[in-house]
Amino acid sequence: MAGHLDDLVGRTLQHIWLTAIAVGIGFLISFALAVLAIRRRSTYGPILATSDILYTIPSLALFAALVSVTGITLLTVEIPLTMYTLVIFVRNMTAGFDSVPPDVLEAASGLGYTGMQRLWRVEVPLAVPLIVAGLRLATVSTIGLVTVSSILGDSFGGLGFFILEGYRRSFPTELYFGAIPSILLAVAADLLLARLQRRITPWTHDAEPVPA
Amino acid sequence: MNILYETVAWLTDPAQWSGPDGIPLRLGEHVAISAGSLAVALLIALPIGLWIGHTGRYTTLAVNLANLWRALPSLAVIAMVLPLTAPLDPQLGFKVYPTVVAMVVLGVPPILVNAYAGLSEIDRDLLEAARGQGMSEWQVLWRVELPLALPVIVTGIRSSAIQIVATATLGAIFGFGGLGHYLVIGFATLTRGGLGEMVGGALLVAGLVIVTDIVFALLQRALTPHGLVLDRARSTAAA
Repeated sequence: MAGHLDDLVGRTLQHIWLTAIAVGIGFLISFALAVLAIRRRSTYGPILATSDILYTIPSLALFAALVSVTGITLLTVEIPLTMYTLVIFVRNMTAGFDSVPPDVLEAASGLGYTGMQRLWRVEVPLAVPLIVAGLRLATVSTIGLVTVSSILGDSFGGLGFFILEGYRRSFPTELYFGAIPSILLAVAADLLLARLQRRITPWTHDAEPVPA
Repeated sequence: MNILYETVAWLTDPAQWSGPDGIPLRLGEHVAISAGSLAVALLIALPIGLWIGHTGRYTTLAVNLANLWRALPSLAVIAMVLPLTAPLDPQLGFKVYPTVVAMVVLGVPPILVNAYAGLSEIDRDLLEAARGQGMSEWQVLWRVELPLALPVIVTGIRSSAIQIVATATLGAIFGFGGLGHYLVIGFATLTRGGLGEMVGGALLVAGLVIVTDIVFALLQRALTPHGLVLDRARSTAAA
């Protein structure tokens, strides 16, 4: 029993770790892309279209296909996970930047802000609600996708490991041992980030609709 | 170029285009399970979303629940349902029901949230005017709210459909066919020439997702009332 508990803790930590890497790197890449899309309008369409297309590749296929390139390594897990966060982040960040009224931008420029100052002091703060909403969505969806990486073998998959092993051994208890904690982890992350969202943007309404 | 060659070879092999493991059949399975799941998700989510949007009741509860609901990992949902439905029916209970349940779970939140959001965005004055003209609540919903909210509602359905088509591939891990079957088999036989099958399967899924997206984009355009076309030129952003 103690052994199983250790396994559970280990897999949960792995799950969180795999999620954090993808969300962190995805956030940084997306931020750069979103700023580029806003500053150079001609790149806006192509950037959004590319991230949309990447999103259509099934996760199962992407994990598997990368094995022939990167072997069964951390990269094989993280490249797809990071890629899938891009579409969520880029959309939300560009929408956030777009939500800043032109008057506000003009006022900032009129006050003598340089492009960089305007970005950090005006555009980013005003885009925070949508950026945090994106962070919440990206984190939760990545937690779900980490379970799929269990098809790569025992070294990855986080809690998904138990799901797949339980299925292969026709052992429902183990299946639940993976499925229930992974659902709880996703729900906990969602609740935690929802709190963060309210904490840093208290002016937004509690039940702000989140259209797809 | 090995990967390209093997993929093209697999996709163009006539053996792939007929029989019980052929692409037409697997594609049919994939479309059927996606369409079926989307239909069930619509039946659940649309009435609830419209009711909440129309009455303005339980909005906080519904939106928070929908967000939580959205957090459920599909693989875990399939795994949870499997031991429950397996004893019911050795065929469907194993291979079909778990995937359908997970896809319905996946499909409900975007439809529900967008139906609610679409209605709540409508100018209150318009509804007052409609009621002032003597319209019943049903008429207000049917003739005013629904047409005005339709673009947003269809966006939600579109987003559901895309996610369902892409994610239904996971069912193959647990024995459901569909296009995911090629991914699972291809991966299992990667060292014995499965690469072409796997990548070919992935291309088919991606293609189906893109076709689904286009179909719903056209539907959206066809269903948008003329008066709204200018208004809605800016598309809705994910939040």
